[in-house]
Amino acid sequence: MIPAAFDYVRAKSVAEALKAVGKDSKFIAGGHSLLPLLKLRLAQPGRLIDIGHLSQLKGIKAAGSGLRIGAGTTYRELLESKLLRDRYPLIAEVTERIGDLQVRNVGTIGGGLAHADPAADMPPVMLVLDATFVLQSKGGKRSVPARKFFRGPFATVLKPNELLTEIRLPALPRGAGTAYVSFDQAASGYALVGAAAVVALAKAKLSRAELAFTGLADTPFLATLPRLVGTARDGAGDMITQVAGAAVAGVEPNEDIHASAEYRIHLAQLAARRALAGALARAT
Amino acid sequence: MKRSITLNVNGAARTVEVEPRALLVYVLRDELDLTGTHIGCDTSQCGACTVLIDGRAVKSCTVLAVQAEGTEITTIEGLSGNGGLHPLQQAFWDKHGLQCGFCTPGFIMTAVDLLSQNPEPSEVEIRHAIEGNLCRCTGYQNIVAAIQAAAGAKS
Repeated sequence: MIPAAFDYVRAKSVAEALKAVGKDSKFIAGGHSLLPLLKLRLAQPGRLIDIGHLSQLKGIKAAGSGLRIGAGTTYRELLESKLLRDRYPLIAEVTERIGDLQVRNVGTIGGGLAHADPAADMPPVMLVLDATFVLQSKGGKRSVPARKFFRGPFATVLKPNELLTEIRLPALPRGAGTAYVSFDQAASGYALVGAAAVVALAKAKLSRAELAFTGLADTPFLATLPRLVGTARDGAGDMITQVAGAAVAGVEPNEDIHASAEYRIHLAQLAARRALAGALARAT
Repeated sequence: MKRSITLNVNGAARTVEVEPRALLVYVLRDELDLTGTHIGCDTSQCGACTVLIDGRAVKSCTVLAVQAEGTEITTIEGLSGNGGLHPLQQAFWDKHGLQCGFCTPGFIMTAVDLLSQNPEPSEVEIRHAIEGNLCRCTGYQNIVAAIQAAAGAKS
């Protein structure tokens, strides 16, 4: 399969990449989401702006107790970072499951997030960690919370002239536990349903409890967990079972050849329970 | 419109005229006659087209040749510098890690990357590493055995 013809610009800097933007251009980094679309001719941009080699977009840096990740950092580079594994083991665990070894070698965290596949594993992680994305255009920068970034299947608030350049992660509460549970579609590895959770404790009560789903609806989303915060640690097991039901209430689930709506709801409750219980078990 | 690019393939600089949309696997096979890199699914699933770019296993059906300019590319033909067999090639032979052989170059290139990072992988680690390579003959058992043997031979 050969993509339709396009004009190719290899940018020497982020500024040059942003300047090269035309009315029909796309940025390419690892290209492992974009090139398959081009080969199927589901996308036919007039110009590709290559940012894959820009060191400006790479790297994982401490920022206070949080972290800043360059959007062009590959999944492999994420896995090689001790800092990332120490501070956000959730990201490392999820990265391990993305694609396969070859895909992780070139795919980038920013590319995957901007692609916004509704069944991708990383978006719900960004939602529960309350990440902020830095979007840059020729006119300047703006910061958008991950919780306002995803707009629908393969749709985000990114404007055509904007590039996701950095992911900023705030510090987690001390001793917070995290977990991700996914039921994968066996052939693609994408989630039929996945759930990411963060649970923190204070004085033997849950002081933070958040859960986000992927694969369940047309976009990843943060679930509502009524009255889970404030519950005593010891009684939290029953409460988690109850909120797992509430978390999927009112959701319009996806339905396709891989899983019916009813089955997805069933899996979502299971994933929610296990992710919350897993995060709670790791919280100290 | 075609442009002239220089690729470093198996230690030699090769200049080719390609369109920006040309995929690396087609340039390797059709322009440089390196047909050891195979095209299987052409959709980045099967891993038959795996080559090393700067030492890392990559599916060359999902890379534009222009993206690879300035990198070091290694194909199965360049694995053994001396014309003999690389330890992984030898191990695939010894352990009968192939039947039809179509997927083999891809498996070997992925295994080279694995062993360069993790010289003594467990069976679970090997199976995780070869998740992106599909074999329809062997059932994987002898492929895993071959990678284990090569790891043992090296250490």
